[in-house]
Amino acid sequence: MSTDDAHDPKFGEYGGQYVPEALMPAIEELTDAYQRYVLENEDGFMDEFRERLADFGGRPTPLQYADQLSARYDTDVYLKREDLLHGGAHKLNNALGQVLLAKYMGKERIIAETGAGQHGTATAMAAAHLDMPCEIYMGETDIARQRPNVFRMKINGSEVVPVTVGRGTLKEAISETMREWATTVENTHYVIGSIVGPHPFPKMVRDFQAVISEEAREQAIEKTGGLPDTVLACAGGGSNTMGTFAHFIEDTGVDLYAVEAGGSSLQVDEEEGVAPNSATLSTGDEGVLHGARTKLLQDSDGQIMESHSVSSGLDYAGVGPELAHLVDEDRVTPVNVDDDAALEAFHRLSQDEGIIPALETAHAFGYLEEHHDEVGDSVVINVSGRGDKDLEIAIEETSKRDLDIAPDMSIFDSVGRSPTSQSSGDEPRDSVGGGGL
Amino acid sequence: MGLERAFADEPAFVPYLAAGDPNYEASLEYVEALARGGADAIELGLPFSEPIAEGKTIQNAIVRSLEAGMTPDRFFEFVEDLDVDVPLVCMTYYNLIYQYGGGEGPRPFVEKAAAVGIEGLVVPDLPGEEAGPLRTACDEFGLDLVFIVAPTTKGDRLERMLEQVSGYVYVQARLGVTGAREDVDDATEESLARLSDWDVPKAVGFGIKTGDHAERIVSAGADGVIVGSALVDIVAEGHENGDSTDTVADRLETKARELKDGALRGASERPQPERT
Ligand SMILES: Cc1ncc(COP(=O)(O)O)c(C=O)c1O
Repeated sequence: MSTDDAHDPKFGEYGGQYVPEALMPAIEELTDAYQRYVLENEDGFMDEFRERLADFGGRPTPLQYADQLSARYDTDVYLKREDLLHGGAHKLNNALGQVLLAKYMGKERIIAETGAGQHGTATAMAAAHLDMPCEIYMGETDIARQRPNVFRMKINGSEVVPVTVGRGTLKEAISETMREWATTVENTHYVIGSIVGPHPFPKMVRDFQAVISEEAREQAIEKTGGLPDTVLACAGGGSNTMGTFAHFIEDTGVDLYAVEAGGSSLQVDEEEGVAPNSATLSTGDEGVLHGARTKLLQDSDGQIMESHSVSSGLDYAGVGPELAHLVDEDRVTPVNVDDDAALEAFHRLSQDEGIIPALETAHAFGYLEEHHDEVGDSVVINVSGRGDKDLEIAIEETSKRDLDIAPDMSIFDSVGRSPTSQSSGDEPRDSVGGGGL
Repeated sequence: MGLERAFADEPAFVPYLAAGDPNYEASLEYVEALARGGADAIELGLPFSEPIAEGKTIQNAIVRSLEAGMTPDRFFEFVEDLDVDVPLVCMTYYNLIYQYGGGEGPRPFVEKAAAVGIEGLVVPDLPGEEAGPLRTACDEFGLDLVFIVAPTTKGDRLERMLEQVSGYVYVQARLGVTGAREDVDDATEESLARLSDWDVPKAVGFGIKTGDHAERIVSAGADGVIVGSALVDIVAEGHENGDSTDTVADRLETKARELKDGALRGASERPQPERT
């Protein structure tokens, strides 16, 4: 594990607590609860957490040898299967931890933001499981592009509140959830979805996610007799990333790569305030957003840029302060993969290994495709989530491109319906050939 | 330092507008109208793209101002172009302060603010814990740093904050974000009671909309009222209806007078002066 002090709100220069005063007493209360329940296992909190992660969540997740990819790249490729965690992504590790903590703290209500909807889904599941009322804030752009997750949250009994400001993605959803928290802070816990936000969130979320690398490290030793040369994980806010890296940090022989979304381009449009990517660690610079000092996509005045990625879960102008610090310390190498390469990797993993990854996750595999000769003899990749939520968008985005690997979807033509019209809802229902079912 | 003087003789009316909303020229007129209407100090918002303490009204004002081209440098020009003789306070978020002058910390921003005549800063995303470097820069250039006391600020936190504060304390009238409301929250009176022993002017803001609200808050012991969204609503409405700048400025002046008169009535109802 990292050797930092649980009470220190900073990671080098990064981190801190840049939030409205109204939230500070709640943050002090949370810091105290983090110390007692998470770090000191008071009242057996961590035991209950681990037990629920096993029974409800399905941990441990396997570390799987990937036959086809290993042959393709001539290196041993191991997959850490967080896609098999309940909910279909690593997000449950954190959501279950925080909802349980909120219960121990005597809070009555949960709020959370979500981008891809995976964190929202995990929080909604954890809230249902632990019998807590829950409201999820989600940007309207993301509601449109991650519909299956909206259904899942609602079916689990959570409210989904659309956020209409700005571009309607993760950045706006976090801002709006912070506003909501500032209003209801006395009885409500904000389950933040990544290693972002004010202290103690980045450390606490990392600790809940660190189970990924705790298992992966042991499993790697058990399966191979040693440690991998390289560990890869995609990075949005960076929670699956830090979770996958945490127990390898001190193994300095293991190279750690955080794979960000290169979007459509790394070029920034200052005039419009748009960065058509989310490559915060590679191209951002230091600033303060959502409670923490970290690396940001911002213009020269300090206004936050609109980011972009084909994957909602990576589409964020900030990044966890701990990752920013580890990049400055040269312990973590930031790299990025663009939309096209991520889509291609999405199809490759699906076809070669029978695993449909989340588009976020696909970025890590895009990197492996492009740089497999630099990862040494063995590599562990975190499969942060499964791609069921992304099927509509993946097919739509694929149809806009000329990808050799893309599956032939012309089957829909013969039944009188294009695969992508399903999502837009612009075709009357009865045009579906064959009707009824 | 300076801002205390705005509260010296009578309860202060401190309006807020987002500078540059809906455009530079009109906004200058609007701020000057507030001064004519009886403002004792003015909080000028320097718009930031992620205003996490702001409700819808001021979020929208910030969008209008940014779309009309407001930047930190334009803001400083704006302050220089203003023709008012009451103290000016800049309200903004820390990243803009931090980035000004190339990300070397808050000093260049404070130096420039002082040079154009800003007398104080309010930074809603900067609690006492993170305020050290800004406090140092403010001391160097003679600016007041105003802290926000929330309904949740109690005990040790309150004590530590009041030791750091200068100019006035911004007493947040209710939990949540900015936005005009129909009533006065009981939390306001509780917060004022907690602060009654402290010899620093107490200005109450968040949700105040009418002269009657101002009256009630001052009679409960406040030294001033801060009013933002109720004024921004007037700007927004004028903008949407295409009303002339003069018409909107007149409405703002009238509203300012209502709020200032309310504050004065409140002072006359107070059983005894709350400060010595
Ligand atoms: C499957 C998956 N992977 C990765 C991410 C990115 O988040 P983080 O960087 O916090 O792991 C998300 C976010 O929604 C996700 O759903």
